[in-house]
Amino acid sequence: MQGMSPIVKKVAQLVMGFIFVYGIYIITHGHLTPGGGFAGGAFLSGTFILLVLSFGSNVLNLRREEEEASEIEGLAIFTFLLLAVIGFLLGMRVFFGNFLPKGRIGELISAGVIPLYNIAVGVEVGAALLTIFLALVIYKEEISK
Amino acid sequence: MDQAIPVFVIIPLAASFLISIVGGRIGGFGKTISVLVFLSTLIIILTYLISGDHASMVYKIGGWEPVGNIPIGIYLLLDPFSGFMLIIINGMAFLSTVYSVNYITKYTGEKYFYTLFCIMVAGLNGVVLSGDLFNLYVFLEITVIASYALVAFGTEKEELEASFKYQVLGGMATALILFSVGMIYWYTKTLNIADITKILASSNDRMLIQFSELILIAGFGLKAAIMPFHGWLPDAHSSAPSPISAMLSGVVIKAAGLYVIFRLFFNMFAITWEISVLITAIGTLSMVVGVFLAIGQWDLKRLLAYHSISQMGYVIIGVGMGMMIIANGGNIALASLAITGGLFHLINHAVFKGLLFLNAGAIEYRLGTRDLNQMGGLFEKMPLTSGTSLAASMAISGIPPFNGFFSKLVIIIAAIQAKFYLLAALAVIVSIITLASFMKFQRYAFFNGTSQNYAKDGVREVPFFMSFSMLVMALLCLALSLLMIPAIRESFLQPAVDALLGNNEYFINLLNL
Repeated sequence: MQGMSPIVKKVAQLVMGFIFVYGIYIITHGHLTPGGGFAGGAFLSGTFILLVLSFGSNVLNLRREEEEASEIEGLAIFTFLLLAVIGFLLGMRVFFGNFLPKGRIGELISAGVIPLYNIAVGVEVGAALLTIFLALVIYKEEISK
Repeated sequence: MDQAIPVFVIIPLAASFLISIVGGRIGGFGKTISVLVFLSTLIIILTYLISGDHASMVYKIGGWEPVGNIPIGIYLLLDPFSGFMLIIINGMAFLSTVYSVNYITKYTGEKYFYTLFCIMVAGLNGVVLSGDLFNLYVFLEITVIASYALVAFGTEKEELEASFKYQVLGGMATALILFSVGMIYWYTKTLNIADITKILASSNDRMLIQFSELILIAGFGLKAAIMPFHGWLPDAHSSAPSPISAMLSGVVIKAAGLYVIFRLFFNMFAITWEISVLITAIGTLSMVVGVFLAIGQWDLKRLLAYHSISQMGYVIIGVGMGMMIIANGGNIALASLAITGGLFHLINHAVFKGLLFLNAGAIEYRLGTRDLNQMGGLFEKMPLTSGTSLAASMAISGIPPFNGFFSKLVIIIAAIQAKFYLLAALAVIVSIITLASFMKFQRYAFFNGTSQNYAKDGVREVPFFMSFSMLVMALLCLALSLLMIPAIRESFLQPAVDALLGNNEYFINLLNL
């Protein structure tokens, strides 16, 4: 897959950082505002998809990138389960128990363990969407060869 | 014990994620972990059933207590019927993974196989434990999406086509189920099964309830491959790797299809005459038509797959007759007998059909073909495969002393006592045709006397782990006949039937009222 014109490349360079930071914002404010792990994770993967689309498939080592994304995905979902199991082992034997202090409503550090779940979901969704996208790109490359 | 309920979902899920992370780095990690995982879940559920404590138990995820008697959290519920299904699921998963240790070496991507397998079993455990309609749907999706991928595991043309067909029809089933769940949610404003029961009991809008009941039957009928909805089953079950065929035929169509139908129609909706006649009618249809489709097949695994449709018909008419008797206000003891027959046949079918698929896999492993015409004389070359498949064939055809005989006997006795003479006659006739088609399988695969052809091919008995699984299941084919002994039936099978019949108990336990 070829890269696009210099205009597209430059615009992509300009906006990519903002999109990435906005994704992190959506994830970390998941317990306060609309959005959360899933929506923010889609933003994160969107950054990488934009990179590959504008600069072409040679910009990254696609196969290695896909394997890494797949492994990060596994780690993130495992972290999610681990958090739920920690809630199970601490306290009242409650799966998905909220074992951290709840804090004050409306503050960034509040709602106990829920922001941590959001972060795990965000990384998981970002890595998963990226894996799917890269699998499609690799398939296209192999077809055209 | 009630603290341990979510463990059935946690352990397989954690195992699958672990395998996906480290399975590629450490050789043999996937198979070791998954065998251990299913062994441990099997031991946990066996200790529950052997302890003799048949009380239902509720687990509230996240510790959300009901507010003003309205349940707000997701509930998991373990009662004897769920426990009965958990034994089948985890036992079959354990034997299938042991079998896979040798079998799956002929495929690449072993890590993905065990990852998907663990996810599928986690979903199945969730389906039978869930006490919440939407959560049940989510677990069902986890199961079937993993099984789509597993059906396509060989990635040849045939497998991909079967998987695509399965996905299209499975997607339709999903849409129907979700639509029906949405209708029920719209009407009752709740998703908790016990809460829905309470609200439906005091409502009089039969039209809407009947409509959602019919859609539910269509949706879960597609998952269970009952007769008008069976199109995907022969392709999917014959194309999958053999341990997966054994899981799909032995467990998935039961836990994801029949279990939910029985649970919802006994414990959530009130049993009505129309619905019970409908369920019995489609059960009879699949029993009769399935066996006629099966007998003409020459592809071994397709033959077995069509027999799954037919044998599911036995389970459904057993339970369906029970529903008809209850709807008529008849003798509860007789209804209980019919349902006992149905559930007994359910566990028997899981064992002997699982074994037959593993036998088919063993033959395919050595010969590389599923065509009955290209086999023959394997009796001398593969004595253990031959012996175990003879046991399974006799069990499925209803020859005493194997388990299939007793469950069919109970169903037929119940049909005669309840004066459903046509059903009893059909059950006997279908059993005879089943015997005919398995004699065909035995003759062409094992006795046709062309064994000298294999001398140069090095056809011999399959490796240890495959033989081990087949031997254990063949012994189970005999051992499950012991369920006819009243003392054993009272402690294992009867509580499951009582859990279905005593719909108030389910409701009270779940709501903790």
